[in-house]
Amino acid sequence: MHKNFLPTGVASWMVEGDILKITAGAIITEAGSTAQTETGSWRTFKPVINEAKCTGCGICWMFCPEPAISKGKPARVDYRYCKGCGICANECPFKAITMVQEERG
Amino acid sequence: MKQVLTGNEAAAIAAKLARVKVVSAYPITPQTAIVEKLAEFVANGELDAEFMKVESEHSAMSACIGAAAVGARAFTATSSQGLMLMSEMLYIAAGLRLPIVMANANRALSAPLNIWCDQQDSMAVRDSGWVQLYCENNQEILDSVLQAYRVAEELMLPVMVCFDGYILSHTAEPVDVPTQEEVDDFLPPYKPPHPLDPARPVTMGPVGVPEYYQEIRYMLQEALLAAKDKIIEVDREYGKKFGRRYGLVESYRSDDAEIILLTLGSLSGTAKDLIDRCRRRGERVGLVRVRTYRPFPREALVKALRHAKAVAVLEKDISLGWTGALFADISCALANVEGAPLLLNFICGLGGRDVSPLQIREALRAAARAVEAGEVRRPVRWLGLREKLVGLRA
Repeated sequence: MHKNFLPTGVASWMVEGDILKITAGAIITEAGSTAQTETGSWRTFKPVINEAKCTGCGICWMFCPEPAISKGKPARVDYRYCKGCGICANECPFKAITMVQEERG
Repeated sequence: MKQVLTGNEAAAIAAKLARVKVVSAYPITPQTAIVEKLAEFVANGELDAEFMKVESEHSAMSACIGAAAVGARAFTATSSQGLMLMSEMLYIAAGLRLPIVMANANRALSAPLNIWCDQQDSMAVRDSGWVQLYCENNQEILDSVLQAYRVAEELMLPVMVCFDGYILSHTAEPVDVPTQEEVDDFLPPYKPPHPLDPARPVTMGPVGVPEYYQEIRYMLQEALLAAKDKIIEVDREYGKKFGRRYGLVESYRSDDAEIILLTLGSLSGTAKDLIDRCRRRGERVGLVRVRTYRPFPREALVKALRHAKAVAVLEKDISLGWTGALFADISCALANVEGAPLLLNFICGLGGRDVSPLQIREALRAAARAVEAGEVRRPVRWLGLREKLVGLRA
């Protein structure tokens, strides 16, 4: 039996390459832990940007609730955090974003 | 010093000796006298604590959760419907690993409305992640509350100290009350590893996404299993200091017994008396009392019971649609044990129905008949059931 359940112990769990520390009672003692939770693993459909069509208008960046899109020409999606909601594809006035079904192991 | 105390007074005095910092509760029979006594201690300056009056048991447990989170030793008490209303927060207290100690004066559940004793209330929340101790007498109530804080704070787990409503809560017995100095020596101040403190911010109660939730639950389960060793360790130290020990289970004249009664709580006192009478007649009967019900002391019970020919489980609760809860647990514990005893379940004492020595005698006789027959024909029976009223007899 491991001893990590003890209140002073801190367990480490490998999740998609990153290590998030879990204390007894799941108390998070350090700031910035939201960034360690890669919500991209929730995604079913992935936004793919057609670089030729993208004008860099920034509308997708403005609408992304995550925010997982950086402004630019072309715009870039941070797939570590993109949950695949599809708002960007819906809002893009140039139809430059397509939602593609993803397959994971 | 020996004092004559009711079970409720013993619980209140123990909380005071533990120097609790926050008491939050809502009155409910038969527990009310505990928090009344504590309110009195706070009001007359005997106890330096915050007494928080709340509008429900749900809020009482919520207040205890907040108190324990900032690092205050918290106490509450409840019974029956109050415990049910609290149940959402019970799971949260355990999940957040907060070492709250609560006294539960066992009382039946509605409907029909009933204020008398059985153990259905605490049995209904046995899966909540709380340690559950069941006391036989008022001395054990006082001792268990003090031990509970040590176990709770060393493992960061909440502990429920259960004792029978009225039979213990309102009955006075001599109780040896330790001095404040002795208790201070046994129970150091509570220092949580990660308190809620604006100077050192932490996040409590984050979302447990599917990637982490299962691991966090696993850690809670491991902590509860580890509580078995911790309860023994704390009990041993308590025994050295105060001369009283209880363990996970108590064996009474059961070492060479062919038939063993398995009980919880105050019923054990009556049953022990009957065991003595049977022993005088040369019958090889004994008793094992489950003092720690969660975590379930499988190893200790297998050791205490395996040599018997039959075990009669007497309990004041029922997992409706199945058997008594303790019976289900002991059946599971003995499932893969070779030569395990025959098991019989006796549901008794519901809603304050008196459990007489005569009824316990009936359970022993049924167990003896099962041993003779080599099989159990009716595993679950109700003791003291007025059969005419339910149409079983004309």
